[in-house]
Amino acid sequence: MLGLTSRDFTLFAIVCALTLLAPIILNPFPTGSALGASFNAGYPALMQRFAIFGILVVGFNILFGLTGYLSFGHAAFLGVGSYAAVWMFKLLSYNIVPAIVLSIIVAGLFSVVIGYVSLRRSGIYFSILTLAFAQMCYALAYSVFTPLTNGETGLQVYTSDPQVLMSPGDPVVPHLFGLQMNTAEVVRVGPWTWTFEVGYYLCAIMLIAAFYLSIRIFRSPFGMMLRAIKSNQTRMNYTGLNSRPYTLAAFIISGMYAGLAGGLLAAMDPLTGAERMYWTASGEIVVMAILGGVGTLIGPVVGSGIIKYLENIVSKINENILHQWFAALPDGLENVLIGVVHPFVGEGWHLTLGLLFMVVVIFLPGGLVEGGQRVGAMFSRKSRNASGVEADAAAQNPNTPAE
Amino acid sequence: MTKTTYSRRRVLKTSAVAGTGLMLPTYLRAQESGFTNAPQGDTVTIGFNVPQTGPYAEEGLDELRAQELAVEHLNGGGDGGMLNTFSQKNLDGTGIMGKRVEFVTGDTQTKSDVARASAQSMIQKDGCIMINGGSSSGVAVAVQGLCQEAGVIFMAGLTHSNDTTGKDRKANGFRHFFNGYMSGAALAPVLQNAYGSDRRAYHLTADYTWGWTQQESIAAATEALGWETVQDVRTPVGAGDFSSYIAPVLNSGADVLVLNHYGGDMVNSLTQAVQFGLKDKQVNGKNFEIIVPLYSELMAKGAGSNIEGVFGSMNWNWQLQDEGTQAFVRSFGEKYGFPPSNAAHTCYVQTLLYADAVTRAGSFNPCAVVEALEDFEFDGMGNGPTLYRGADHQCFKDVLVMRGVAGSGNANMVGYDTLELVEQTPRAQVEYEPDHPMFAGGSLGECNPGA
Repeated sequence: MLGLTSRDFTLFAIVCALTLLAPIILNPFPTGSALGASFNAGYPALMQRFAIFGILVVGFNILFGLTGYLSFGHAAFLGVGSYAAVWMFKLLSYNIVPAIVLSIIVAGLFSVVIGYVSLRRSGIYFSILTLAFAQMCYALAYSVFTPLTNGETGLQVYTSDPQVLMSPGDPVVPHLFGLQMNTAEVVRVGPWTWTFEVGYYLCAIMLIAAFYLSIRIFRSPFGMMLRAIKSNQTRMNYTGLNSRPYTLAAFIISGMYAGLAGGLLAAMDPLTGAERMYWTASGEIVVMAILGGVGTLIGPVVGSGIIKYLENIVSKINENILHQWFAALPDGLENVLIGVVHPFVGEGWHLTLGLLFMVVVIFLPGGLVEGGQRVGAMFSRKSRNASGVEADAAAQNPNTPAE
Repeated sequence: MTKTTYSRRRVLKTSAVAGTGLMLPTYLRAQESGFTNAPQGDTVTIGFNVPQTGPYAEEGLDELRAQELAVEHLNGGGDGGMLNTFSQKNLDGTGIMGKRVEFVTGDTQTKSDVARASAQSMIQKDGCIMINGGSSSGVAVAVQGLCQEAGVIFMAGLTHSNDTTGKDRKANGFRHFFNGYMSGAALAPVLQNAYGSDRRAYHLTADYTWGWTQQESIAAATEALGWETVQDVRTPVGAGDFSSYIAPVLNSGADVLVLNHYGGDMVNSLTQAVQFGLKDKQVNGKNFEIIVPLYSELMAKGAGSNIEGVFGSMNWNWQLQDEGTQAFVRSFGEKYGFPPSNAAHTCYVQTLLYADAVTRAGSFNPCAVVEALEDFEFDGMGNGPTLYRGADHQCFKDVLVMRGVAGSGNANMVGYDTLELVEQTPRAQVEYEPDHPMFAGGSLGECNPGA
């Protein structure tokens, strides 16, 4: 269906269901319960981030997962996308259509330039070049181009901005032809509260579209060519094939995905700052992809979801909450337990992420998707090679270094 | 054995019907109260959004201590602190309007993006009705905009940029802290007495809204004395090493260095300036001087003996002798073992002011709170008679001019006793019109109750 094989269609349907039902799935605990206060993630701002970073890493995976080119500067495209979108809000109106279109175009242009230069090298040199470009973009946005980016303060929309297309009655928050992004329908069923927000569903639809496009690219002859580049670029060159147009195309597509993500970030919250382009942000994208499973279709979505969950939910668990959890235990035991758990939650969430990352890299080189497949295989009566929908991409090049 | 005859279709049909039936009676919109996050039940939740990591983390953590103390006092715990000295007597230790106060905390990391994400989570997930705190004007401006859109009240913490209640002022945002203009107006006469009216000043300025507006304010105030501004160099926030910025000062012909830096940045730049021997130099036949327009105890602590003889200004200091200050310092000291910083004071006061405004308004509705706070006169909060001006939501009160001194030598009190009060500049001297050029270009807009 939809030009997909039945296995891919199943995967696509799962992603659709997960994204569309996220407001329900992510709020598994009743609102107001202690567990709900700590672990529910189904509020619009975070769900938007799940979807947006999903798009970003799905795009990154087209470059890194298929061609093996590890870009260490992808956050730059996200950043310029956001700046472009906020400028559209400032100059035209709060309608998100021109903002998102321009953010994709601008990020595309940036990736043409950066890709054209960086792709002359491969491996570690390519990574360093992209990192250098991204840091350059960051430094320019942070101080040199202050009139354009408002530096450290961050770019935002003021009532004094031109906004030429805006008529007096228009909403003053981002909207899609009048449909405001922050409009939400709150549904209460028993003790549960679910928030269905327009902004989130826009992001969700974009994620589904981005994911569909990524499946089509993975299964196309173009995707096959990119995989060939990953497995042995030298051999490709000896056969007389010029591989650079393919890598450049992959780089631009992936840059435009990042631009879309940046534009969506700005459309959900019309403000942007240079810190979005900082190298740690680029590093985070790489970690998301590796954690989920490089070269797999669903891995990027899983990886970005886990990191955003840790960043926003686990980082909120402070000492007071731990005391509430363990209140029933005797004092001595309570303090010992809190002493053990505390370094891994709250500000220590980076430590949890680091450990998780190490475990994944050492024991599951194919990311969490590989973990899922192994568990699936354990319970499946069928032979192992038929178990996963995802096995093919990862299995095709088991020896490829992740360069 | 019975044979089950359910077909898949029938199961689906039945469960769909049952689901709809269950949902219908409980389905209701959350907006019945007319504003965002109307408190349900017998508690009300407020959010403390402060930097717990990054260059301004020290200030943020101290703010958090004061906020926890404020909640304790509002709920009737401790000795009541400033509730006893506050000129309004509406707060009686039973929470806010009989609802127990609960709070959630978040880490802004001194980054606008992170701060907004954290505030969004407080509003959308935790149901906060008010956001308080923060230690950077860039972040304050960003979060204030968010609160305006979401329809909750923002009681700004430590934010000293003119823009917070100037160009970027918002109807749902309120600032108790003073600003760059007030620092300039308070410092200028003291500087004239100490250093004369023929000086050449070199500015190093943190490159964001606070640095820009403070530099503008200080330059304007000192130029009015007859000083000359030699150069203004912008430095990135969190730079760490300022030596490459300080070396050129030596050859610029300037005899005063103004450090428009804050937090860890100020500690580094001042320490490095002293290491470069600037304080011992003679330029143009005068002693070279350093000025730090915005001081805080925690910065003084970090900078140690380097702050000796350096002038700066503060919103409040624990050494003041009025009743409110003493009550607050006593309960803070009893709980934590050291005095509060001025960032802590401002967040504490803001929390009480919000609680009082809700009580006077008789409603948690942001628009009612805005009305109760606008042009509100109060006293007993440590700053003397204070006005929350309705035109720009800025507090007007006395400003303190401080100078670094040697202190008592007690290692635990560095920063707290190494700043000495030079002058308490009266409120009238630091007042300005709401449309003063440094504050023009913004408008409060309409208060937004959300929903």
